[in-house]
Amino acid sequence: MALVQPMKKEDDRDDEEEYSPYLGIEKGAVLQEARVFNDPQLDARRCAQVITKLLYLLNQGEVFTKVEATEVFFSVTKLFQSKDVSLRRMVYLMIKELSPSADEVIIVTSSLMKDMNSKTDLYRANAIRVLCRITDGFLLGQIERYIKQALVDKNVVVASAALVSGIHLLQSNPDIVKRWSNEVQEAVQSRAALVQFHALALLHQIRQNDRLAVNKLVTSLTRGSIRSPLAQCLLVRYTSQVIRETASNNQTGDRPFYDYLEGCLRHKNDMVILEAARAITELNGVTTRELTPAITVLQLFLSSSKPVLRFAAVRTLNKVAMTHPLAVTNCNIDMESLISDQNRSIATLAITTLLKTSNESSVDRLMKQITNFMSDIADEFKIVVVEAIRSLCLKFPLKYRTLMNFLSNILREEGGFEYKTAIVDSILILIRDIPDAKESGLSHLCEFIEDCEFSYLSSQILHFLGNEGPKTLDPSKYIRYIHTRVILENATVRASAVSALAKFGALVEPLKPRILVLLRRCLYDNDDEVRDRATLYLNALESGSQLEDGGFRADKFVFGTLDVPLANLEASLQAYESSETPFDIRSVPKDVKSQPYSEKKAPGPKKPSKDAALPAAANEKSLHGAKSVDAYEKLLSSIPEFSTFGKLFKSSAPVELTEETEYEVNVVKHIYPGHVVFQYNCTNTIPEQLLQNVNILAEILEGDEFSEVVSKPLPSLPYNSPGQAFVAFEKPQGVYSIGKFANTMRFLVKEVDKDTGEVEEEGVEDEYQLEDLEVVPSDYFLKQTVQNFRNAWENLAPEFERVDEYGLGVKDSLNEAVQAVIEIFGLQPCEGTEVVPSNARSHTCLLAGKFVGDISVLARLSFGIDPQKQVAMKLAVRSEDQYVSDAIHEILSGA
Amino acid sequence: MEHSCPLIKNVLLLDSEGKRVAVKYFCDEWPSLASKLAFEKSIFAKTQRTNARTEAEIGMFDGYIVVYKFIADLHFYVTGGDDENELILATVLQGFFDAVSLLLRNNVDKRTVLENLDLIFLCIDEIVDGGIILETEANVIAAKVAMRGADADVPLSEQTISQALATAREHLARSLLK
Repeated sequence: MALVQPMKKEDDRDDEEEYSPYLGIEKGAVLQEARVFNDPQLDARRCAQVITKLLYLLNQGEVFTKVEATEVFFSVTKLFQSKDVSLRRMVYLMIKELSPSADEVIIVTSSLMKDMNSKTDLYRANAIRVLCRITDGFLLGQIERYIKQALVDKNVVVASAALVSGIHLLQSNPDIVKRWSNEVQEAVQSRAALVQFHALALLHQIRQNDRLAVNKLVTSLTRGSIRSPLAQCLLVRYTSQVIRETASNNQTGDRPFYDYLEGCLRHKNDMVILEAARAITELNGVTTRELTPAITVLQLFLSSSKPVLRFAAVRTLNKVAMTHPLAVTNCNIDMESLISDQNRSIATLAITTLLKTSNESSVDRLMKQITNFMSDIADEFKIVVVEAIRSLCLKFPLKYRTLMNFLSNILREEGGFEYKTAIVDSILILIRDIPDAKESGLSHLCEFIEDCEFSYLSSQILHFLGNEGPKTLDPSKYIRYIHTRVILENATVRASAVSALAKFGALVEPLKPRILVLLRRCLYDNDDEVRDRATLYLNALESGSQLEDGGFRADKFVFGTLDVPLANLEASLQAYESSETPFDIRSVPKDVKSQPYSEKKAPGPKKPSKDAALPAAANEKSLHGAKSVDAYEKLLSSIPEFSTFGKLFKSSAPVELTEETEYEVNVVKHIYPGHVVFQYNCTNTIPEQLLQNVNILAEILEGDEFSEVVSKPLPSLPYNSPGQAFVAFEKPQGVYSIGKFANTMRFLVKEVDKDTGEVEEEGVEDEYQLEDLEVVPSDYFLKQTVQNFRNAWENLAPEFERVDEYGLGVKDSLNEAVQAVIEIFGLQPCEGTEVVPSNARSHTCLLAGKFVGDISVLARLSFGIDPQKQVAMKLAVRSEDQYVSDAIHEILSGA
Repeated sequence: MEHSCPLIKNVLLLDSEGKRVAVKYFCDEWPSLASKLAFEKSIFAKTQRTNARTEAEIGMFDGYIVVYKFIADLHFYVTGGDDENELILATVLQGFFDAVSLLLRNNVDKRTVLENLDLIFLCIDEIVDGGIILETEANVIAAKVAMRGADADVPLSEQTISQALATAREHLARSLLK
């Protein structure tokens, strides 16, 4: 009885819900069934059923072996004998799905060609689609004539089939398809919507590399012969492409084709309206006047009953809000009602848009609305909102209280790891950037770790508390939170808590005795790591104030920041052999050459000089530059020989002197008022070698004004532990001396046993030729941005203004000329003038910077290009010194 | 140069448990069966609880725009790239949805669909060809699936909606009788 029951139940379910005609069908059995295709008397219905089963199997992801596929294909081809239309339709589909190989295709070619010339239009359309899908170039030559006719066939299905096939064939056989241009052009005029759409898509793809032809196409079609909405969408896309490529600095300020786009905003089909509105919002440097009509139609969409329309509109407005937040504020009321939209994607987009456009006064109200919304959306949407709130808070630091409260509230609610991480990261960033938010932020984090299920986050927060807590007004209040973790948490978190506690002990003297008591308790922890940390910190804290040998203080080391680059420490630790002598942190090189070294390895900008055209990359570079100058200054001032040189003016980016070889050397040029120092960063990449007494000989090839004053060799260069050698030259004060130097690296090579690490006593003298190094005029100029170029220009006395005109010869484009000149001077382009609109005939570029000796210099460059691509330039320079103004002109004439 | 022609990435018809009924992928962004199934699972999970029965719904999932509509125990999806015109995708979805309704005489549920799976496969084949939109008018799609005009001399272009419907019904009747 008990056995029968479940059986019956299963039957029931089969009948009711799980019924499927395909239940339990198997590939093997269906392939057997496919033999009916070979029957002399074809049963059309049965055959169609078997094909459906085969298609079902393929659709479910079943794979046919090569042999099986071939077998099925051959038997399917037999079905062309049947006159049954439905079966024929299935045969077409099956052949496409089987994607037969070239030698198999031959079997069906004649059958398909027959159908292609059939009187029945649907046979013709389908046969064209199948043939074009499976054909190769050779076969295409044979059928080209028919397809060409089909393109302009009066039957729309046939014409569309041929045109769409043309779009696919253009990828594989562009030469043949390009010959159909005339027919396709005729088809564009078709009255049938989809034929027009397909024809336009194909025509554009045929001509897409011919800018003039596309321009002509757009010019003629925008006058209005397109009826199909889909084709109209294509035309809008092509039009914005043309606009992008045409010069925008038209005299009247009117953008070509803008009227057409604007007209499309009144099209009767929403699809076209959306396409046009989006095209307008994405125009380069779109003005508010141009934007307004597009925003207006999108605003109407916001209150549509169709989710798709609302989504499309809010998504577009969200993008606009990133660049033109003010233009979108009109939609704020509609946007607010979308916060409660059933569709959570729409609601999230509406919120993030509002967060971008809201002003300081509306933040509180907005946050109230969002709070209700947050509880019922998925984590992935919440993360988007949290990120938007973080940037809002950085925009309105005064509102930190509201926003911080919001973050701490959602932190207490349920959520996955990624969501919580996003919140914690946001709080950490706010604490870092908004000093007022620190105290409240820290206490929110303290509360959070009381009940945090993610060890990773707890550890991160404890580490942060250890760093920041001691610097607050009342550090003692954090001790309780941290110590509770020591009692209640798992080993990972306990270890982090011990470290955090110890930091309080080291940094806050009054708390030290209490911390020592707490740490002593941890000595009995049942986890090794926790006990080890407690022991280490106790020792460091108790013996902290006593000086060890050589003025080395244990507490400074344990609690201070590590003053050696981590990469160097890693390299030294790897090189360290366990022996009697303990590892000495002081042996780790402190130099900064690891910076260029790591930069080289980073996947980011590999050839920075070429990217300089992009403002973002340039900014990043100069930022980076400022950072490394500080580090270089520190390093150089620690070398007594250079102490008399005065203030370091500029350090160049590292210049590679070798190509990925056994020794890697790059050089940094340091410019002082009367000296130039070359810092050679050397890396030895051969594990079996130790280099000693590494000396760089820099021989002056050109440049009479230089004379060598100091050469500082590198005593030892072990494997993979970079080091530097220096050579310094004296040169006349305050002038730009240019020169060229030949570099040779001379050293003593000693063999190293890779296994034992033993170094042989005897070494061999060797030398290694490096590439030449040039000192160029731009080395003496420092990039410096001025906020208002006009003011800065007026403030510099006109008496040192020098103006001259130059012919720059033939250039590919104005942009090329501008970038080349910027490169020569090494000055900072201001106000975005380094960007040249494509096709511009003239351009003005503003440069600013300092010459060695801190002399400000400004340059205004006006470029013009004539139809023969001859570029002329007028250069006006103002500076605080006549010499510098003249120098800029001399440099240009010399270049 | 970017592809300026609207492209359909896939058309999916899943059941109420997220299992495949009929699917067609038009690009190689999901190279393996596993990646396709993972995409379907993810889309299904994210849309399952939405009410896409009266109006087509939409979402941005895994970097794609997905428009979808549900009826009975069936879920219809059309996927496009993240910069695609949402309304074009919605038009394709509507064409697919209406054509299936026409072909199945409004009896759209999993069981009927499975019994007429040939029509569904053909339907997808008539709507999108290699990612390019072939046809969006439901009555034209249905007529082409039914091969209306192949026996008779009436060219398809001159067919009226009612004729197309009649063809679809005729085909349906035939498939019910078998």
